Amino acid sequence: MKEWRYRLNERRGTLMAAGIFLVMFAIYVSNHPAGLTANVVQTAANKGVLLAFVAMAQTLIVITAGIDLSVGMIFILTNALASWIVLGTPIETAFGVIAVLATGLACGALNGLIVIYGRLQPIVATIATGAVFFGIALLLRPFPGGSVNEGLADIMTGKVFGLVPASLVALTAVVLVIWVPFSRSIIGRAAYASGSSEIAAYMSGLPIRRAKFTAYALAGLLASIGGLFLTFFTFTGEAALASGNAYTLFSIASVVLGGVSLFGGKGSAIGAIFGALAFRTIGDLLFVFDFDPLWQPLFQGVVLLVAVSLGAFGLFRVRNRLEWFG
Amino acid sequence: MSNVTREEPVSLLSKSVRRLDPAIATAFGCIILLLIIGSFYSRSFLSPEYLLQQLKVASFLGVIATGMMIVILLGQIDLSVPWSVAVGGMMACAAAAYGPAGEILAVPFGIVCGMAIGLTNGIGVAYLRIPSMIITLATNAVAQGLMVLYTGGFSPQDSATSAMRYLATGFLVPGIPNAVLIWAVVGACTVFALTRTTFGRSVYGIGNRESAAYLSGINTRRIVLIAFIASGALSAFGGALLAGYASKAAQSMGDTYLLPSIAAVVLGGTSILGGKGSYVGTVAGVILITLLQSILSVMQMPEAGRQIIYGMVIIAMLLLYGRSPANR
Repeated sequence: MKEWRYRLNERRGTLMAAGIFLVMFAIYVSNHPAGLTANVVQTAANKGVLLAFVAMAQTLIVITAGIDLSVGMIFILTNALASWIVLGTPIETAFGVIAVLATGLACGALNGLIVIYGRLQPIVATIATGAVFFGIALLLRPFPGGSVNEGLADIMTGKVFGLVPASLVALTAVVLVIWVPFSRSIIGRAAYASGSSEIAAYMSGLPIRRAKFTAYALAGLLASIGGLFLTFFTFTGEAALASGNAYTLFSIASVVLGGVSLFGGKGSAIGAIFGALAFRTIGDLLFVFDFDPLWQPLFQGVVLLVAVSLGAFGLFRVRNRLEWFG
Repeated sequence: MSNVTREEPVSLLSKSVRRLDPAIATAFGCIILLLIIGSFYSRSFLSPEYLLQQLKVASFLGVIATGMMIVILLGQIDLSVPWSVAVGGMMACAAAAYGPAGEILAVPFGIVCGMAIGLTNGIGVAYLRIPSMIITLATNAVAQGLMVLYTGGFSPQDSATSAMRYLATGFLVPGIPNAVLIWAVVGACTVFALTRTTFGRSVYGIGNRESAAYLSGINTRRIVLIAFIASGALSAFGGALLAGYASKAAQSMGDTYLLPSIAAVVLGGTSILGGKGSYVGTVAGVILITLLQSILSVMQMPEAGRQIIYGMVIIAMLLLYGRSPANR
């Protein structure tokens, strides 16, 4: 009947996340001493995109009804690697960037192989591979250190035309180059289908193995883009266990806030990006309202707990008690 | 038919061999292999004192893995173990600061705090139908937030009571560390609960197919709730024991117990999808993990190498016997 109604319904989660983010950001900016200036937006964007990349990575896997507890560790590993090799002449730097991205892709592909062909449960498999990735990161950077090509880092963390944060431009480019083609291709459709019902997708002849493998590999790639940006922002590499775990946790929170169903088959990376930006703004809000920083971990935990509990609203629609166990 | 009668005299042995889960047999095989490898590195590796010391270290993981096993048998997972352990240790030490009454109530208070975390998990999983790995990650974050607030971001000042130290390091029976006795008691209670009570049967039933268990009249939500409370309590108890062992609690004392506790359960032949597994397997898994850690430290392997070997061993062993059925 009315085409736009269905379109709207399909994107409800994404739009909700965008709305939540805009409201929070408006509150943040209006309470910020400097107000809405390009610099405030730039700082917020630079903090937000790191989580946005990791959240995109998590989305790809959650869509296939899996979960990746190693994304934070891939993020940390590629950060440690980038602090060694993204250096020197432009050509050396370019090779370094390619090597970092290839490493992320390989880590993701390894997860995919273990989950798909090894037929292990994603949660256990990625906890174990996460330990391996963290171990390698520790080998590379047992202590914080290293550096990065400063020219490139300045470009990527600066502003385009003195107005738009370059990190946001990069995020948009990644969405256009990776997410849009993926979600519109047959592979992307198959990833959604396998998350919705793997057996049905298999029976209808969709390439579910290829789709899941692509999702895992691209997730590794996206996490490594995040790791690369972390190196651009901090100019160092560090194998920090707590930071890796936090990013994994926050990526799941962003996915939930972004309206991506944890049961698979539903949601978009755009929603997760807005979820990530909103989640980051929560931390900033505490800052502008002069909260003790000690409250921040508790506050983020409570937001996460509330966000995941929102999923329970679906229970009100249950007509038959057996649907509890669906 | 004649075969059966001929086998009759050795039936007791062959029956127990046949009943032995291949996963558990593999785990025990690996333990023996590790002992042999370890004895190449150090002569004292096979001495009774060293092995008892290993068993003592294993018992902390053993208590924590017991809770994890009950939850995994349901087909769920408890990722709030790291901060449940820390909460147990920290709160027990905190209670100890409140005079003689606090000294007596230290360990129970720690356990009650762990039960509160488990209660939140259980309500989320059983009544709100939130996937367990998500809600437990969230409660883990909340527990961390609370502890950061409580300690002000530093390691807590309170130290363990002498009773806690006695529980973890003392000797009630000469030669056998108390921690090992505690693990034995916890283990015996768990085996009893899992195999001789309706609770245990229900846990296995829910792990196999929750809707079927529900239709057969089991109050599945209450069982799931109790299982998560038990897991929180056992993690916190493990934390209190650890605090007694180190004589104080620390910020990230639980972080190193999440992967090992899951790995110990899964390596012991318990299906990660739930419904299948025995406590003997978990004991084997705990000893296996502890020996692996011990050998890596005898080899003076740095933390990086330990993490890598750890992850790879777990994936390799899961590929050996932890795979899900093929999809067709």
